[in-house]
Amino acid sequence: MTDMPVGERKQLAPPVDDSGPWGWARKHLFSSWGNALTTIVLIVAMAWILSWFLEWAVFTANFTASTGSECRGGGACWALIREKWRLIFFGTFPFDQQWRPFFAVVIMLAMLVMTSDRRMWKPWRLLVIWSIGSFFTFLLMFGQIHIPLSLFLAIALVVGGVGMSFRKGIAQAGETNAYRALAAIGLVGLVLLFAGVLPNWKLPIAPFSYVETGLWGGIPVTIILATYGLLFAFPYGILLALGRRSNLPLIKGLCVGFIELIRGVPLISLLIMASVMLPLFLPTGVTFDKFLRAQVAVILFAGAYIAEIIRGGLQSLPKGQFEAADAMGLNYVQKTALIILPQALRVVIPPLINTFIGFFKDTSLVLIIGIFDFLNTANQALVDPAWAGYPGEVYLFAAFVYFCFCYSMSRYSKYLEVELNKGTRR
Amino acid sequence: MAATARDLSNVPSVITLRGVNKWFGQFHVLSDINLDVKEGEKIVVCGPSGSGKSTLIRCINRLEEHQAGDLVVHGVPLTNDVKNIEMIRREVGMVFQSFNLFPHLTILDNLTLAPIWVKKMPKKDAEEIAMSLLTRVRIPEQALKYPGQLSGGQQQRVAIARALCMRPKIMLFDEPTSALDPEMVKEVLDVMVELAREGMTMLVVTHEMGFARAVADRVIFMDRGEIVEQNEPEAFFANPQNERTKLFLGQILRHH
Repeated sequence: MTDMPVGERKQLAPPVDDSGPWGWARKHLFSSWGNALTTIVLIVAMAWILSWFLEWAVFTANFTASTGSECRGGGACWALIREKWRLIFFGTFPFDQQWRPFFAVVIMLAMLVMTSDRRMWKPWRLLVIWSIGSFFTFLLMFGQIHIPLSLFLAIALVVGGVGMSFRKGIAQAGETNAYRALAAIGLVGLVLLFAGVLPNWKLPIAPFSYVETGLWGGIPVTIILATYGLLFAFPYGILLALGRRSNLPLIKGLCVGFIELIRGVPLISLLIMASVMLPLFLPTGVTFDKFLRAQVAVILFAGAYIAEIIRGGLQSLPKGQFEAADAMGLNYVQKTALIILPQALRVVIPPLINTFIGFFKDTSLVLIIGIFDFLNTANQALVDPAWAGYPGEVYLFAAFVYFCFCYSMSRYSKYLEVELNKGTRR
Repeated sequence: MAATARDLSNVPSVITLRGVNKWFGQFHVLSDINLDVKEGEKIVVCGPSGSGKSTLIRCINRLEEHQAGDLVVHGVPLTNDVKNIEMIRREVGMVFQSFNLFPHLTILDNLTLAPIWVKKMPKKDAEEIAMSLLTRVRIPEQALKYPGQLSGGQQQRVAIARALCMRPKIMLFDEPTSALDPEMVKEVLDVMVELAREGMTMLVVTHEMGFARAVADRVIFMDRGEIVEQNEPEAFFANPQNERTKLFLGQILRHH
């Protein structure tokens, strides 16, 4: 083709035809005698293992036995799962009320799915989704919620304060006055409440029977611990990461100290601290729910890890991004929220989701302090002497459920990487 | 060559440096700098690498902190007072060697960000200004693309438009064409020349001596943290006084 004049050369086809399934197989599976041999050995081995597994799990399996002793023939005893699935999924939650945790799980999964859609990533939308969803989740789980007056007042104070500072110079006079009124009502109300002038009134919402956290168990516990653990750990980890890069030595020192301290101890020891030690430090009469203490321990632990990941993202940004934002006159909060974090978080999606997956599974450590998460309730299914001797089936089933969650997260991370880099790649 | 004949002695100074010093560790990067920049004046700063020319203009908007001396921009003394720094940064636009556009935002969002958040301008007004500036730098059709999809020259023109969006009174250019492929240098310089003709006060660190000849009122030569020599471009190039200036000009003009 060299005799053709420059600029008129044709696009040539690639020299070896490695397109099509046969071409692909020849190139990747049978390119040499050694490779062909490896391919064949592996295929035979996989087929052998798969056939053995199918034989056990499907062809000779027992799906209908009413006790463990009826499971014969050497196959899997799936009848055990059939018999115990409600215990595995919902633990010791009152049996006739188990539709409640079921719908709580449905709501939480719906919130997670909605949040995974990028179009929902507006502060207001997320706030609405999560406050309404969480309210119903916990109403279903507890059955009764008493909202104290102090919460309403605190919300008024926060909304008024945030509105006043963020809409400063933008809002109309009426809007500003509304924020001022809200903040004033909240502040005065809280002061009066603590002074004892206002009664400690609570708004009772009690459609169902009350179920204490000690009776919660199974998949809702795992999802609550993981979801709310990460939900709170994430902003908190961001603050820690930013604090660690602060120019103020005191803030920096505190953040570094906290991160190193938390990372230096196992989660189990934190959980035991939260469950055994913390009550010793509290004044008598003050009690914290055990579940809440475990939740706080998970948040603290996850926060430290997330902080370190986000710090990696912050460090990967070129200095010029900070300088350009500074030169434009953006203040620290604007620079961080509009320029730095959106880019830093994008970079750390894979390690972040990796940590999320890890924490989803790590929540099963709460069994050490007697909380019945999914893995622990699966364990409970083995206790029944009528079904003794089939741990493999139960653990395999538990593993399958964990895998469904973790694999979805992993796929989502992949999708998000592509989605966020659309158009921004060269 | 029109610029050289201008008499700026009666024009007020907008930037004043008095005995400004700065060190990077033990390295004395700015040594006793005195400089007055008049309103509407265009100054080109040149010098070998490491001479402190970038540091000098980066001190003016506090990307670098000077450690001794007085620096006054538009009557506002540059101190540790955050209020003052923010006030000065609103008035001073900056263009960087590596563009520093925000890759996660569209071109339009890059331009409107500061007007909306710093000046609290309504989004619609900010977008109008942004589009008129993009037209001025001749790339309005790229408004909805991301920086990564543009060529270097286009990105630098966007960066200039982004700085202009804040309606600054002073523009700082830190080697704006040094990271560009040669064929893109001209499109950026054209925009800068146009800006100069419109009367903007400009401080430009560059080795583009053609640009200096065309628009500069004054050329400053820096070496080892000092202002070694400054003069009108004609005289500066035709008749350099200092040995170091002669050596430097000899090196950079050899190929021109």
